[in-house]
This record gives sequence, C-alpha cells and structure tokens, in this order.
Amino acid sequence: MSSAPDTSASAKPKNYLNEKITVSSWLLTLDHKRIAILYLVSLLAFFLIGGLAALVFRLELMTPEADVLRSETYNKFFTTHGIVMIFFFLIPSIPAVLGNFLVPVMIGARDFAFPKINLASWYVFMFGGVLALVATIAGGVETGWTFYTPYSTMYANSNVILAVCGAFIAGFSSIMTGLNFIVTIHKMRAPGLTWFRLPLFIWAMYATALVILLGTPVVAITLVMIFVERAFGFGIFDPSLGGDPVLFQHLFWFYSHPAVYIMILPAMGVVSELISCFSKRRLYGYRVIVFSSLAIAVIGFFVWGHHMFVSSQSTFAGLTFSFLTFFVAVPTALKMLNWIMTLHKGSVSLASPMLYAFGFLGLFVIGGLTGLFLSTLATDIHLHDTYFVVAHFHYVMVGGGVMGFLGGLHFWWPKITGRTYPEGIAIFAAIVIFIGFNLTFFPQFQLGVHGMPRRYHVYPEEFQVLHIASSTGAMVLGFGYLIMAAYLLWSLKFGKIAGKNPWNARGLEWETDSPPPTHNFHETPVVRHPVYAYEYASETSNEPDVQSEKGHV
Amino acid sequence: MSDSRPSYLAHHFDHLEQQKQSATLGIWLFLITEVMFFGGLFLGYIVYRGLFPEAWHLGSSKLDIALGATNTVVLIFSSLTMALAVRSAQVGNRKGCANFLLATIILGSMFLGIKAIEYGHKFFPGPDSHYFLVPGANFSLASPYADQVQIFFSFYFTMTGMHAIHMIIGIGILIWLYVKALKGSYHEHYYNPVEVTGLYWHFVDIVWIFLFPLLYLIGRH
Repeated sequence: MSSAPDTSASAKPKNYLNEKITVSSWLLTLDHKRIAILYLVSLLAFFLIGGLAALVFRLELMTPEADVLRSETYNKFFTTHGIVMIFFFLIPSIPAVLGNFLVPVMIGARDFAFPKINLASWYVFMFGGVLALVATIAGGVETGWTFYTPYSTMYANSNVILAVCGAFIAGFSSIMTGLNFIVTIHKMRAPGLTWFRLPLFIWAMYATALVILLGTPVVAITLVMIFVERAFGFGIFDPSLGGDPVLFQHLFWFYSHPAVYIMILPAMGVVSELISCFSKRRLYGYRVIVFSSLAIAVIGFFVWGHHMFVSSQSTFAGLTFSFLTFFVAVPTALKMLNWIMTLHKGSVSLASPMLYAFGFLGLFVIGGLTGLFLSTLATDIHLHDTYFVVAHFHYVMVGGGVMGFLGGLHFWWPKITGRTYPEGIAIFAAIVIFIGFNLTFFPQFQLGVHGMPRRYHVYPEEFQVLHIASSTGAMVLGFGYLIMAAYLLWSLKFGKIAGKNPWNARGLEWETDSPPPTHNFHETPVVRHPVYAYEYASETSNEPDVQSEKGHV
Repeated sequence: MSDSRPSYLAHHFDHLEQQKQSATLGIWLFLITEVMFFGGLFLGYIVYRGLFPEAWHLGSSKLDIALGATNTVVLIFSSLTMALAVRSAQVGNRKGCANFLLATIILGSMFLGIKAIEYGHKFFPGPDSHYFLVPGANFSLASPYADQVQIFFSFYFTMTGMHAIHMIIGIGILIWLYVKALKGSYHEHYYNPVEVTGLYWHFVDIVWIFLFPLLYLIGRH
C-alpha cells in the first residue's frame, strides 16, 4: 500500500510487477501476488533439487549391482527426494503459488484477510526448507520421508533432528496459508459472489485448507514426539520401555494420508477450471463436484489405517480401513464422471493447458484404480512395499498433482506475467512430459507385481530391462521439464502481450488487467451471473456473447 | 484510499465489521489447529494409560500436587484478568485495559516461575533422593513399572513443556499488547488484538485445566 496511481508515468500501466522493483519491495511485500511469485521461484528450486536426487538414484538403478551409490547413500538420496518433493514441493505447490495468486482475484478481493501472515508463511517455509537442505548437505538423512520409529529415534545415524525440524516448521507455513484461505473465502467475497457462484478452484482450495488445518497440527506434534525422543532420550515410542512404534505410524498417517488430498484436491480444482474453459461450457454437475471435494476432505481423514495393513493392525481394523478406502474413491469417481460429461457436447479445444488436464484425467484414473488394488487386503499383502506402491503414488502425485500444477501454471501464466508462451513448443513439451512420465512409472507396476521391493538398489538381473526403461523415462521426463523451463523463461521477455483474457475464459481473474494491478481491480467487481457463464460476454457484463454461441457444435 | 478510513482499518478490508469478523474467525480456526496439536499428545497419553494403568498411577503420585494446584488457581485468575482486559477495551476504558493486561502478564509469569520450581525438583532431586524422574539414560526408580513410568514422565514433560511454550508465546504477545495499550491503541471501536489474544490465552488455560487432573490427580482417589 503505497503511492497513489502515478499519472505522469510512462505508457506502461502500473501493475503488481512494475509498481516498485527494489529487492526490499519484494522481500517485504504484503501483496499476495508477489508472495505467490516468491513461492513459485522457491518451489521450482526445490523441485529441481528433488528431481536431481531422483535422477541420481535412477542412474544407480540402471544396473543390478551397486555402482554409483553405496546402500546408505542410496537411502539418503531417496529420502532427500521424498522429503523435498512432498513437504517442499507437492504440498505447497498449487495452494501456495496458484492459490496465493488467484484466491483473492477470483473472489474479487484486494488481498487475503491476513497479508502479514501470508508473507510470514513464506519466510517460515524457507526457514524449514533451508533446515531440511542443511540436513541433506551435512550428511543426509536415511530414514525415508516417513521417519518411522524406532529407526528414526534410535538407530538412524544421521541428521534426523534437523530434517524433522524442517518439516515441522514448514507445517506452520501450510497452516498459515490454509487459515488465510478459509477466512478470506468466508469474509471477503465480492458483492454478488454467493457460495454456489464460486469457481471450483476456490472450492478446491477451501476443501484443501480444511485438510491442512485439521491434519498438519497432528503431524507437527508427532514430529515433536520424534524430536524429544531422539534429542532428549524420552521414551514415547521406545519398544524396550513398552512404547509402541506403531502408534507413531497411526499419528503420522493421520496427517500424511490426508496430505495426499492436500496435493490432489487443488489439482482437481485446476482441472475443473481447465475443462470448463476449454470446453466453453459450465461444468456438468457443479454442485456434485463441490460436495465431492468436501466429502474427500472429510472421508480422507478416516482411511489412514490402509498404510498399516501389515503393521500388526487387527484384521477388523484392516477391514474397516479397507472399506473406507474404497469409499473415498466414490466422490473422486463422481468428479471424473462430471468432467467427462462436461467434455461431452462441449466445444473442446486442445490448447496446452487442456493437454495437461487430459494428462491428469488419464494418469489419475490409473493412479486411483491401482489404489483399489492396494486397499484390497489380500492383494496388498502381496504388493505392500513393492514398486507397485511406488508406481501407484507417483501416478497420483505426479500424474495427478504435478500435471494439475503444470496445467494451471500454463493456464494462468498470461495472467501472472502478462505474456503468452509459444503454444506449439508448449504442446510438444506436454507430450514429452506425458511420454516420459509413463515410461518412468508404468514399468514400475510390473516390477512391483513381480516382487521388486521398494528402497533397494541391488536387485536380481531379471528386473534390469524394466529398470532401464524406467530410468530412461526419468531422463525423458527431465528433458520435458527443461524444455518447459526454457520457453516459460523466454516468454517473460519475448512472449506476446496477453491482454485481459487470452483464453476467452470466465471468472473474475479474467476481468482485470494482465498482470493485475496491485489492488487487483480498479473498482470492486459485482458478480451478476452464475459461475462459468459462457453464454455471456463476460462475468460482469449483461450482454450475451454471440461469439461463444457460434463456437458450440 | 479516502481519508474517512480510520488508521486501524487495514487497506484491504471494506469496513471495520469485516475486519473484526475475519480476525475472530481466524483465531477460532487457529484454536482448532491447537486442539488437533494437543490432541495428538492426549491420544498418546490415553493409549498408554490404557496399556499401563499401574505405571500411570505410580507416576502421577510422584508429582507435586500442591504446586500443581497453586498453578491451576494462578492460571484461572489470569483468565479472569484477561477477560477483564477485553471488557475494559470494549467499553473504552484504556487505562483499565492496560492494567489488566499487566496483571495477566504477572500471573502468567508466576505460573511459569512455579512450573520452573517444579521442573527444578525433578531435574535436581537432591542428594538423598532415591529416584531421578527425568526420562533418559539416568532415569531411575525402584519399581517393577519403572520403564513404563518413564513413558509417563516423557508425556508429563512433553505435555507440560508444550503448554509452557504456549504460555511463553502468550506472555510475549501480552507484553506487546500492553505497550500498545499504554498508548491507548485499544478502545471501543478497535479491540480485535486484545480479544483475539484473550481467546488464545483462555485456550492455553483450558489445556492446563485438562492437564492438571490427567497428570496430577489420577493417582489420588
């Protein structure tokens, strides 16, 4: 909040990017859009680190022997990959970048309810991230991202404490973001923007924030228990005193399973926006999608026990969690059907963001359905802790979460930067990423079914062909990301000026300039139409749009 | 930005009522996260109490009930002064608000002082003591349940320690509020920070109201 609009300025209109360009104006900014950019840059750095760690151990896995890494170093690499990708990329990815940028704009507000808390969340996040990286550089952590006791508390000979502190602190930033989302969506919507006129991205953020608020504190206290046990020698999970290490698993998965929904619900929100825009249609079953998001957020809290089918859990508990896990697939399937119904009779265009949405649909279906294999008690006994599980959750988190993130990034890139990227090469990159992803992870399903366990870097020779396929895929995937990074960076300077609404989409974010002014709107918008009103020229106007009528098949 | 906006209305809110409602909703949501945070500890406590009732009984009887009870009274009084500070701000009594905040700070510090004395007895039990109740390599207690009592004391220190950290943070916020209240920043039109801090303070108080019987009283019936 600074100077009044400067009329003597150059031809360029003032926006959030050029209003002030000093370093301190960025580091002390309270503007949610700038904080989103801070998050974007830091998250991409973490994504690079986590991705490079994966490339190193995929290289190791090209041969059945240990030739690049020793066993312990291998463990440290996959732990780094897990901790960085989950706590410092996937969980914050869509909420902290796209959510931070879009929630106030989409609801017609000037900022979040608590801008200072929003900025603080980024600093807290970076502090946690730096601690986790220091833990990695200063010798690494080999427990896996799950920190299972008693290994993490008594036997692991590495920087568990630092890594635990890093994850603990990063949790605060999640909570701050989630709290801001809920309060802002409740209290700061523009006039006329009723609950059932909210874009589904906003609903997805709301459901995600609920999971964050209820789940993150539980993992925080669990990490505190690990901390006091390891640092002070307290005996909370110590089996030699009568303590129960499985209690740790219950507490840990009470958060960490819902954390999967923290990663996937936002991606579902993005996909809803993409499918609506590129089918030029109101989403079929809008309310069903809204309530299925909320249902996933709630039911997601009652399925954690499926991580412990083989950890001394009673058969009765196993059956219950198995049933509930099947049950949580129902709202997900409802969303899927509604998206497909929207495409049906829509005028579908295959722009690059839409390719990611299609990628999401296909890959997430595979990820979701293989989840049913794992939630079936009998098959899980066979598949537990094999590469099948690895492939399953990568199809969900990368095939679902990352595809959603990239689709959203491409979709809103013109709004964020004011410029468009070259569409042809973006389509090429999307295809390379899709092929690379499948080449990496589809062979892992087969590896798992044939009995290749997780977390081993030495394996029988018969698995080598599939491992080589997977490692090759990882390089193709990495190459696809590099192309994307190249043209997005290029577009910052050389991309065509996007204009307000390059996709002819509906929603308040497309009513304001690209990039938006610091206070988002020149005057508070008033919403007069239902959401995704493609029959009108724009969200706020009353004129029916002839063009979009013509577009229908 | 028109000049009619009071300085205490942040730029992104349309009116004071919206700002006040946002602050209130925000603190309640935060308190929900706090419930979940302490909930994890209470869950662990309940599981182990069910598994090792004798050890819980024995461990509880080693706690100093007089100091614990005194602290309970101190904390309840601090909640009273906190509530009075909020009330004073609401009716525009700026001086009263500052004074009650100061009283809350003093009572909160008293609680922490008494807690420190209690911890001191555990960490430095004196030369004649037959037991050492801080969990870890030096833990010693002549009892067949010694190992499980160690788990009890792990919970005792973690739970009361987490509570004490919340108290310290609360006192820090109260000091900041006190400095602002001395300048008369809180009055009938603007008292969100005092009210919100009050809710936090009462929450921390309630946590203790649960901790006291669960830790101190289960061995004495």
